[in-house]
Amino acid sequence: MAGMTITEKIFAKNAGKAKVSPGDNVWVSVDILMTHDVCGPGTIGIFHEKFGRNAKVWDKNRVVIIPDHYIFTADDKCHRNVQILRDFVREQGLPYYYDPEFVKNEPRMPNPYLDPTKTRYKGVCHKALPEEGHVRPGEILLGTDSHTCTAGAFGQFATGVGNTDAAFTLGTGKTWLKTPPTMKFAFRGEIPPYLTAKDLILAVIGEIGVAGATYKTMYFAGEGITSLTLEDRMTLTNMAIEAGGKNGVCDVDEKTLQYVRHRSHVKNWEVFKDDPDARYCYEKEWDLASFEPLVAKPHSPDNRDTAMNCRHVNIDQAYIGSCTGGKITDMIFAASILKGNVVKVPTFVVPGSTEVHADMKRLNLMGAEKGPNEKSIEDILLDAGCRVGPSGCSACLGGPSDTFGRLAGTEVCISTTNRNFPGRMGSMQASVYLASPLTVAASALTGHITDPRDYVVKPIQTGMAGVL
Amino acid sequence: MQNIIRGKAYVLGDNIDTDQIIPAKFLSYNPSDPSERRYFGMYAMDGVPAGQMGLPNGNIRFVRPNEFKTDFTIVVGGKNFGCGSSREHAPLAIAEAGASIVIAEFYARIFFRNCVNGGYLVPCESVERLVEKIHTGDELTVNLGTCKVTNETRKTSHALKPLGDVAPIIEAGGVFQYAREAGMLKS
Ligand code: SF4
Repeated sequence: MAGMTITEKIFAKNAGKAKVSPGDNVWVSVDILMTHDVCGPGTIGIFHEKFGRNAKVWDKNRVVIIPDHYIFTADDKCHRNVQILRDFVREQGLPYYYDPEFVKNEPRMPNPYLDPTKTRYKGVCHKALPEEGHVRPGEILLGTDSHTCTAGAFGQFATGVGNTDAAFTLGTGKTWLKTPPTMKFAFRGEIPPYLTAKDLILAVIGEIGVAGATYKTMYFAGEGITSLTLEDRMTLTNMAIEAGGKNGVCDVDEKTLQYVRHRSHVKNWEVFKDDPDARYCYEKEWDLASFEPLVAKPHSPDNRDTAMNCRHVNIDQAYIGSCTGGKITDMIFAASILKGNVVKVPTFVVPGSTEVHADMKRLNLMGAEKGPNEKSIEDILLDAGCRVGPSGCSACLGGPSDTFGRLAGTEVCISTTNRNFPGRMGSMQASVYLASPLTVAASALTGHITDPRDYVVKPIQTGMAGVL
Repeated sequence: MQNIIRGKAYVLGDNIDTDQIIPAKFLSYNPSDPSERRYFGMYAMDGVPAGQMGLPNGNIRFVRPNEFKTDFTIVVGGKNFGCGSSREHAPLAIAEAGASIVIAEFYARIFFRNCVNGGYLVPCESVERLVEKIHTGDELTVNLGTCKVTNETRKTSHALKPLGDVAPIIEAGGVFQYAREAGMLKS
């Protein structure tokens, strides 16, 4: 009998079975269900319709609601949607709701939080979930958002579902899942200073294509992955969906445990490893030193090319943000290049969460508490001419027309986000290049796509930024 | 579930993502409110680049401007249909416009799952690639019993893959009805 992978072991545990194999359909218990302002109202509507107006969620400590998509807009329908979440939270008595208290039910742009440490609002759900202690190894997390797969960086099974699935789980605590086969991507060596996890995942997606992992688990393994910070691992698992993956997963190590011990509400969890004889449907090993800084050209995340090859592409805008490229380590990467320079094109910076925003104000370029006369990461970005907006999904998915950083015309934009489909950032005529925060920052300085190798002279230290 | 579905085809290419099926700017409508839900029909496929709207010629809107319903019953796509975000608004929009079935080479999994569990659309897979063989506006007859699609306009027919594991959920009309019938949920 073949051994099992991490994902198979999690499925078996939550299905109450000794063993599952790829292809097996199983009913599993769900540990955490997350929804947000875009899919929450539809989910809540189906929950009420199917279980009744007085129905209660299966376990209020396992439901997490994080408004993040359409927050800073005057569109009153968006504010109404936040109100639907609030009403549901009150009705159900849900403890884990992160309210943008400054959003009032009126057709006017809300005044953003003044101090990111003094708001209940968190920003992008996939960043907030681990920060707020809802992510643990060995668990099953479902979210009404395709990038829920991000949390696989912590050794759990996490995947996106639709409103009907979420409503079903809200009422029952269960869902049916087909056990996916696992693709193993192993990385050797240490990541060179001019690369980030974004380059690795663009390389992988370019290799297997946007449907290369459809229905499958993408397992990121090897010492190359353990050498990454948790935040950089989240960049890898975040984009598993861009290859069609059902989930992405990394091994649990001391770094994971340190993070989770510090944050988790629940103090017990199980750590799974692949058995030595676990079966993979695909295996490839890469040497990290062999990669170059990459971009994904318009209009698909698998349209891989090197930044060097694209150096003649002029850009009109740069964007640093989202659940993929708006973490504190991404900000440190970008700021290390922008420090003491001035951007040539409008550069929009959107912290992935209010914690990231607070850390941008609190930390120096080494990821340590800044001294009284030292510049913060935010100071460095502002000095370089960047515009820093409030945390949230912002222009990553276009959004309402008054969204910060949104594309409106034929702009060429280089972005740390995860999708460059036609129209994704707001304009059907625009062209979006996806790249690492290093490549985006270097390109912002020159006005054309720029390989960051000349700009990174020594390894960038991020210290404990984003961990503690 | 109906076994025979007749109607006009609307043909799209590969990698039709959910931002093309229903662009993010329309996601502020609440699908649980009937007066807002119909707008998903109005804007279904609004994000497909004009040249790709209704192949092979393009520039054919799925739903005419300011209307809520489409003339097309059967959407035909290529590879990886429905990739991208998990928004259930995507299958809902196609269904709300009045189409009832999609035939593609294969699907992105969350879209497929939403079609099945939400009971919006029957997501069929074709055995061969049909995007070049069927033109927008062709009259089709789909027989889910015999797994065949007949092109009445061009007098051709093509095989479909059996629905497989998910057939019982599709037949029940979605995961809620399925679970109820299986005794997993109280009525
Ligand atoms: S930041 Fe972008 S990719 Fe991430 S959850 Fe928000 S819209 Fe989705």
